[in-house]
Amino acid sequence: MSHPANPPGFLLANLDKVRHWAQTRSMFTVTFGLACCAIEMMATGAGHYDLARFGMEVFRASPRQADLMIVAGRVSQKMAPVLRQVYDQMPEPKWVISMGACASTGGMFNNYALVQGVDQIVPVDIYIPGCPPGPQSLMHGILTLHDKIMSGEIAH
Amino acid sequence: MTDQKRRDKRNVDVWLTGTEEPGWLVDSTDEGAQKMAAHETAGRLLDQEGLVVGDDRVLDEDVAPEDELMIINMGPQHPSTHGVLRLNIELEGEIIRRSKPIIGYLHTGMEKTGEELTWLQGPTNVTRMDYLAPFHNELAYSLAVEKLLGIDLPPRALAIRILMTELNRVSSHLVALATNGMDIGALSMMLYGFRDRERILAFFEKTTGLRMNHNYIRPGGVAADLPPDWQDDIEFILDKVPPRILEYEDLLKANPIWMGRTLDVGVITLEECLAYSVTGPTLRAAGSGWDLRKAFPYSGIENYHFEVPVGERGDVYDRYRVRVEEIWQSLSIVKQAAESMPEGDYKTDDRKVAPPPRARIDESMEALIHHFKIYTEGFQVPEGEVYVAIESPRGELGAYLVSDGGSRPLRMHMRTPSFANLQGLPVMMADSLIADTVATIASLDPVLGDVDR
Repeated sequence: MSHPANPPGFLLANLDKVRHWAQTRSMFTVTFGLACCAIEMMATGAGHYDLARFGMEVFRASPRQADLMIVAGRVSQKMAPVLRQVYDQMPEPKWVISMGACASTGGMFNNYALVQGVDQIVPVDIYIPGCPPGPQSLMHGILTLHDKIMSGEIAH
Repeated sequence: MTDQKRRDKRNVDVWLTGTEEPGWLVDSTDEGAQKMAAHETAGRLLDQEGLVVGDDRVLDEDVAPEDELMIINMGPQHPSTHGVLRLNIELEGEIIRRSKPIIGYLHTGMEKTGEELTWLQGPTNVTRMDYLAPFHNELAYSLAVEKLLGIDLPPRALAIRILMTELNRVSSHLVALATNGMDIGALSMMLYGFRDRERILAFFEKTTGLRMNHNYIRPGGVAADLPPDWQDDIEFILDKVPPRILEYEDLLKANPIWMGRTLDVGVITLEECLAYSVTGPTLRAAGSGWDLRKAFPYSGIENYHFEVPVGERGDVYDRYRVRVEEIWQSLSIVKQAAESMPEGDYKTDDRKVAPPPRARIDESMEALIHHFKIYTEGFQVPEGEVYVAIESPRGELGAYLVSDGGSRPLRMHMRTPSFANLQGLPVMMADSLIADTVATIASLDPVLGDVDR
């Protein structure tokens, strides 16, 4: 765990671990469902897959109460400024998961209408492949994000 | 306003084309064209003087002066708009006087992309339109291509198509119930609806490889045969899902809170449905028995016995009832299809359209050539244009294809039910309470991928 983001010294280093632990254990997601992936995101939050196991079942409607944005679906040119505004309204620290092929790269729609990858608008921490990614993939992405925050790899 | 008065004189303003000034005149902002029209625009004055005939606009002396009206914006990022629908709502106190849906936030350019894909690749594209009913999109497209080609399918392919689309109708209506419940506050309904959907999706995943966006129904048949023990899976679904549906009926059917939130809310009459080409459960809840499965049977659905549930009032409660009844009817069709599933091939034996079996490629030079041709340049479709419509869970889903004789469509257009149904939303919401907005939207069950494409 000798990542440059971790400050040196016993007290601060351990305080950082506590901070990371707190950040990962109660991550609130802003509802940003766009297309097919949003249905899989809802399925992940519902009873069968039960995202509540990771303390994440609360999808906040207001970006001001959220610290994770899951961009679930294709982002059109018309939606792009909306997405950026919602991202800007989220308080720090904040993370972004790009869910699915469309959000990550534009997917199969290489045309005039779609933003070819949401990382052109907001910084993305985790990309989840799939069209749409199943709930297992989404949970794997979320847990990978948790690991990265815990290890200090993603610093905020 | 009493109910009687409301029925007699509905102040429905639908932003008729031409009564609203074009965007570049109204405002210099990008969103100018999407603002609510002021009450004293020139077009509206002409309309009031009787110089322009609107279709059902009635002048209402009850309307408050403009400074007492408030316009609020809902969406596009709102948890209850089922995606990225945006609404402008004009309020007088708590009563909605006018509303205007603004769409296009999920415009994907699929109809343009469809012109770049071969006929066989087309279902990959259209299946992502209405992502709650992917099989129906694929079926409409495939039927249109097959009509242009003039080919007939083996009975097993037809039966598999019916089996999958009717299962898909059940899963789609379960999500409609789940989200409708969630929006009104019955949050447990959301968990239950998605739980049972998982059982059906597990079968879809086993058969097609994917939970959604299957690309399973293709021109010429289906992509693969049913898995070896598919009858056990169907039996499991038919065993587990019906008791749950009964349970949900117990939860909601006579629930006073549910009835209070849905009865006589979001009413649309049969005439208004026809005027705005609203189809599907919304039309049937208004009292019409119009179902394309009965009117223009496709894929052999005329061989199955089922009824078309019809409502009376055209309100949110009736739409909920119609959906639940349709789940029962679809489960009955699934049962019949599973019992009478014919043996045989699951795709046409026309080797110009459907690829040969894998084993034949090693033996036959001709099979290898056919396989190569289908997956490189694709098959050619005779010149012509065609429109085929099927009954999707949301209404009439039509595919309009134009071919110039090549291996790609010259033009592809989908007549999507959510887009037409959304036109009825301002009619349903006029003169209702703002608290009923989400109930009305949810009962319409729009899929924004279907609206914007």
